[in-house]
Amino acid sequence: MKTGLITAAQCGLYACRVCGLVSRPAQAMGVLTCARCGQNLYLRRPDSIGRTWAFLIAACILYIPANVLPVMETGSLFGAQTDTIMSGVLYLWTSGSWPLAVIVFFASVTVPILKILALAFLLISVQRRSVWQPRQRTRLYRLVEYVGRWSMLDIYVVTILTALVQIHSLATIRAGPGAVAFGAVVVLTMFAAMEFDPRLIWDPVKEHHA
Amino acid sequence: MTQNSHLIACHECDLLQRRLLLPPRSTVCCKRCGAVLYRCMPDSIQPGLACAVAAVMLLMLANLFPIVGLAVQGERHDTTLYGAVEALWDQNMEAVAALVAVTTLLMPALDLCILIYVMLTLHPWGKLHRPSPLVRTLQSIRPWSMVEVFMLGLLVSLVKLMHFASVIPGVALWAFGGFIFVRIVAAEAFNPRDVWERVGGV
Repeated sequence: MKTGLITAAQCGLYACRVCGLVSRPAQAMGVLTCARCGQNLYLRRPDSIGRTWAFLIAACILYIPANVLPVMETGSLFGAQTDTIMSGVLYLWTSGSWPLAVIVFFASVTVPILKILALAFLLISVQRRSVWQPRQRTRLYRLVEYVGRWSMLDIYVVTILTALVQIHSLATIRAGPGAVAFGAVVVLTMFAAMEFDPRLIWDPVKEHHA
Repeated sequence: MTQNSHLIACHECDLLQRRLLLPPRSTVCCKRCGAVLYRCMPDSIQPGLACAVAAVMLLMLANLFPIVGLAVQGERHDTTLYGAVEALWDQNMEAVAALVAVTTLLMPALDLCILIYVMLTLHPWGKLHRPSPLVRTLQSIRPWSMVEVFMLGLLVSLVKLMHFASVIPGVALWAFGGFIFVRIVAAEAFNPRDVWERVGGV
């Protein structure tokens, strides 16, 4: 990085994460609060790395039941059938709606696993105080934060199908235990992304060139 | 306590930069990491408020009327969003039902109410005070309002059902579509910086 770039933390300035006010709070005891909006002030989000890891590990564990257990159970005249996330995608693919199959595959299979891997990568690189490609890593973080909510897609599909297909003479659809685990994975990875502080990516950069 | 209103610290890389006054409709990005720091918006409270009110009406329509119906052998099954949540709840899927209710009913409604209230405080004839904690809430609930994801989910489930039965789109389907559009316009018109500048007298 060019010299002459200086961060707020280096000047002992606190940037409020709610209203953006940059201030130097008086050195009083206890918690520092923003003069404008009253939010607690921190140089970096407290315990960001630890909390992100906690959410991420929990998401990893639940990722297994989310994919193995059925998210949907269909009961019809011809017997019962269970669907996992993957078999739902395969069904869409074989029935000819392949553009939707691609979207669902992307939203429910690719996004959660890539999110977990990307956050783990960011955390490890931050803990190793890496100075490699900070701009690209920040972009990766931005992508993870933006794309995460789209994984809820499958939860909504199950919701609508269970509500609509309640024709007792013909077929009924019930949500399976996998749906609970899958919903938890989405929520936990969203929390993990929110806890991560992207400024940590840049902290070693300035040290390196100081 | 020293305050520096002419300084801005990038929320993604903490780089200190000087605030610039730029022509309306321009976007200011961090020079180091490229994050969007702020947008210079013209006075857009009036159209923003109009869109927010329209969004409230559309959200009400979307919740009162059935989203889709299914016609099988002369029988017709309709469902509203609330009905769908209830169906999940009755199947002992309380956690999933709550998740769906929060992300598609509660959060969008809360988001809109707060948005309208805060916009009213910015309105020239607005006499309401201290919106600060509400702006904070607004920022934290935004990611949890997922109506657009729900729309995509609807589309996917309709395609799945079309092989078995005829699907009848309901009023709420169109209302949800309109809601997404109007909500984006309303949210774009609102600039949290305006609130802070007023509060701080900066």
